[in-house]
Amino acid sequence: MSSIEVILDKCIGCGLCVKACPFAAVELVDKKAVINERCTYCGACVDACKKYQAIVITRHTFEKHDVSRYKGICVYAEHRHGKLSSVVAEIIGAALKLKNVLQVPISAILLGSNVKPLAEEILSYGTDEVWMIDNTKIGDFAEDIQTELVAQILLEKKPEIFLGGGTIFGRSLLPKVAAKIGTGLTADCTELAIDHDTKLLKQTRPAFGGNIMATILCQHHRPQMATVRHKVMKEAAKTDAAQGKIIELNHIPIPDPAIEVLEFVEEESETVNLSDADFIISGGRGIKDPKNFALIEELAKAVGGAVGASRAAVDAGWIPYSHQVGQTGKTVNPKIYIACGISGAIQHLAGMKGSDIIIAINSDPSAPIFDVAHFGIVGDLFEVVPELIKQING
Amino acid sequence: MNIVVCIKQVPDTTDVKINPENNTLIREGVASIINPFDAYAIEEGVRLKEKYGGMVNVLSMGPPQVDASLREAVSLGMDEAYLLTDRTFAGADTLATAYTLAAGIKKIGNVDIILMGRQAIDGDTGQVGPEVAENLEIPHVTDIRKIEQIDEQGNIYLERMLEEGYVRLKAKLPVVITVVKEINEPRLPSLKGKMLAKKKEIHTWSAKDVEVNEKRLGLSGSPTQVVKIFTPPKPEGGKIFDGDIKGSVRNVLQELRASGILAGSEKGDE
Repeated sequence: MSSIEVILDKCIGCGLCVKACPFAAVELVDKKAVINERCTYCGACVDACKKYQAIVITRHTFEKHDVSRYKGICVYAEHRHGKLSSVVAEIIGAALKLKNVLQVPISAILLGSNVKPLAEEILSYGTDEVWMIDNTKIGDFAEDIQTELVAQILLEKKPEIFLGGGTIFGRSLLPKVAAKIGTGLTADCTELAIDHDTKLLKQTRPAFGGNIMATILCQHHRPQMATVRHKVMKEAAKTDAAQGKIIELNHIPIPDPAIEVLEFVEEESETVNLSDADFIISGGRGIKDPKNFALIEELAKAVGGAVGASRAAVDAGWIPYSHQVGQTGKTVNPKIYIACGISGAIQHLAGMKGSDIIIAINSDPSAPIFDVAHFGIVGDLFEVVPELIKQING
Repeated sequence: MNIVVCIKQVPDTTDVKINPENNTLIREGVASIINPFDAYAIEEGVRLKEKYGGMVNVLSMGPPQVDASLREAVSLGMDEAYLLTDRTFAGADTLATAYTLAAGIKKIGNVDIILMGRQAIDGDTGQVGPEVAENLEIPHVTDIRKIEQIDEQGNIYLERMLEEGYVRLKAKLPVVITVVKEINEPRLPSLKGKMLAKKKEIHTWSAKDVEVNEKRLGLSGSPTQVVKIFTPPKPEGGKIFDGDIKGSVRNVLQELRASGILAGSEKGDE
């Protein structure tokens, strides 16, 4: 059994642990730290008490894997409609950096129908092997079949690290795979690194709507699995001198699908794919009327971007939910995010704080959106946005 | 139809403030709420019961104070409420959480549909749904924006949100479904519901009450380990232009072009 213990002789009742605990799980009772049932064993108090070493976490781990038998970095090559998802080049980019430290090969799992050209493309990013099953039974949206196959391949090939995109697909497929294998998975990482001494994968991710960051390890189970947030890692560059090879794994049987795909419907508006967009122009309460989203769309078209919205605009019925950015909507990381008439509630910030450049347009100079903005324009959006369009087209 | 809705109690982020001195979260006095995404799962569960009959129950894992959230769920239309609470469950990552919830679902028995929100707003992982499904050895579908119908053969027809559109799916029950906000508009609790919730017996189960391998619970059963928690660096103060609009726009565009973020020729001053 795992446990957390306060060593009373060493505890001086300084209260540093109380402040450090993100879960309000430590209290001072009679000048001694007491840990209550909210504790999640995150270890923040142990770090805070380095000087006195009065808090000790004892950790037992179930069914450890023999980690020495696992080698290499593997990535999941998500694709649809005959194209690799743009996140794949980003994950390979991240994997190449890890490879520099670990000195192990990089492989990719590619499953689908008529995917050979994609395999060539994956090799051109500098991967060493593509583990491919090219079979007409594996449709674009056959997530359940792919889940089964990915688990089989990982069990057979035993990579030490397995990475997937933090996409809707990736964040559904990888958890099921992790549970099948009985290993750990870290969601939506924004930073990956190798620990110098232990050679473990340090997985860093935002939690609590980006207000705290956590670094996570998977010590005793393999592979170490993570989904990687879209548009954070730098893409691998294509090379002409691809050296890797394609390995077909046709001996693995294709399971029958449990879920039948009836139809795929592409949303009409090209301005809706927020996760792939380099530019996002969002409108909030300040838009005042659904008709005024036309102005936002016009700016989006001027820069070739997508249209986003705050929860207020969506709840008012001005624009469909698929455009919502924020805690209960989408998390986006574009190169430029322009917030028009959005005050910047903490829930909205949670969805767009990771953008490279944030531009805020608001008539209220005290709006919290200006606190996170790289550039801000104080003014009426109905004057500022047309001026922006004019000068960009200018 | 036998439905279980899994919910998580989370801190209400509208209450959370950042301490400007050390840039950390101030949790004091922060109320606990039902994870907002789970509220849509509760509503969908109630609607399915209204349409197809049967039972809709709510299940959660957490410390004893989750009792309050379960009562709220009862006031919103849940028939029975189950709480998995035990010190050995603490420190669970998504794998151990899913293992424990699955044990609770198995104990409830004969469940056709398991509903939950697509992710919790504190952990933001969205992993527990698929991991529960694997522990129950049944399929799952995430990010569902519409349940079209359930036919007499036990097939469920769904719409799943994707980045570039949506897919229509057909799955055979039992199935785990995670939902997005678009799926419905949750109702407010009725007065009758509130009265009922006050008196409701919450079925409370410890590790001994469910069929589990103790080694797979809580911290011990969690392959992942948080080794560091920190607050991201405070954003540096940006450049705010509050002068005439023409000039402000020109200044911003100049900055963007100068740093190469925005393409286009530098025209200089007009």
